[in-house]
Amino acid sequence: MTITGIAALGAGMAVIGAAIGIGKIGESAMNAMARQPEIQGKLQTSALILAAFVEAVALFGVVAAIIVS
Amino acid sequence: MTLNTLRAVLFLVFSVTIANSGFAAQEDDNEDNGFNATEMIMHHVKDAHEFHIVDWDNKPISIPLPIILFTDNGLVTFMSSEFNHDDSGSQIVEKNGERFVKYHEKIYQLGSGVDALAFDEEEHPTNATLPLNFSITKNVFMMWVSVLVLFLIFISAARKYDKSTNFIPRGIASFTEPLVIFIRDEVAIPMIGEKKYRKFMPFLLSVFFFIWINNIFGLIPILNGANVSGNIAFTLTLALFTFFITMFSGNKNYWKHIFWMPGVPVPMKIFLAPIEIIGMFVKPFSLTIRLFANITAGHIIILSLMSLIFTFQSIAIAPVSVGFSLFILIIEIVVVAIQAYIFTVLSALYIGMATAEEDNH
Repeated sequence: MTITGIAALGAGMAVIGAAIGIGKIGESAMNAMARQPEIQGKLQTSALILAAFVEAVALFGVVAAIIVS
Repeated sequence: MTLNTLRAVLFLVFSVTIANSGFAAQEDDNEDNGFNATEMIMHHVKDAHEFHIVDWDNKPISIPLPIILFTDNGLVTFMSSEFNHDDSGSQIVEKNGERFVKYHEKIYQLGSGVDALAFDEEEHPTNATLPLNFSITKNVFMMWVSVLVLFLIFISAARKYDKSTNFIPRGIASFTEPLVIFIRDEVAIPMIGEKKYRKFMPFLLSVFFFIWINNIFGLIPILNGANVSGNIAFTLTLALFTFFITMFSGNKNYWKHIFWMPGVPVPMKIFLAPIEIIGMFVKPFSLTIRLFANITAGHIIILSLMSLIFTFQSIAIAPVSVGFSLFILIIEIVVVAIQAYIFTVLSALYIGMATAEEDNH
């Protein structure tokens, strides 16, 4: 496997982690919204912010992969 | 603006996007099957010395930008059109007895008696030097454009308040006021606190609107998606602003928490201080990478979806890849606003940590 291939694999693995993280955020946000529909707006914003944080970690991996390859 | 005009504008923007990405991808497709997706994407994500709009009949149509170099013998200026769209280092421009070539969007100064670039194993030129480059590149130019647009928006909004007698926002002010209020009530006050937030509002608002407008301009393809906020130098500069503001507004309490944490046993204090000091520098670093990576990744995804058509050399792929890039573009419209917001929230959070009063925790 070439270094580019390994880099691509690494980027993919970083994305797996982020997918799990964003999935869990979505799950708990939906749960909370179902329990308390009146604070839906606030939950939505914080869920989006948290998703952006998790996504950033995956993007660190992707950037590292781009730099290496 | 009614909903219908809005819809028309959005449709126009999207169709131009699709058309432009298509053309842009096409330009590298001149040699049969020699399409290199990575090269095309990198070319679009990186900074450039000219505005390359489209290739028409194999002739590139572009807007030249000024090149300002500082060599050993002083200042050298010329327009980038003198390179004749060459990026492989074969077109030599001679000014003031010095000769320059452009290779991979970098301008090299050839040594005396050298007529062509020579490369080492990693394709770095070995017989040329890099002069100090202060050129007005695509990114610099777009940054100025966005500064100008911001000035126009906010000066006219401020004028509206000057004229009105009852402080009810009208015109452009009715668009900017909710955003300013949002940053004040949802970001500055909760993060920094009722007493001290006023001093930091100008910085937070400037950062928010500047990042947002640069992100939006990055998505407009006719400007060839100048990737300003996807440039690591740009994001690093913004993060350093936050860093220095945090440093200089940090109170006694903040520094005590970094170097000699109260209420912790002494061995633990020695152990924690280095971690806190590293954390101090990690914060601006993560701000830098987050914005850079998010925006660049968005551009790369859209361009990769577009280049699927040329990789497969088939028109059957086109609807799929156009549909997907439309989808990603719509997500990107949300993402660019969220990223500007997150940068602002985190800046406010760091400033808030530095200025917090001592409390009993």
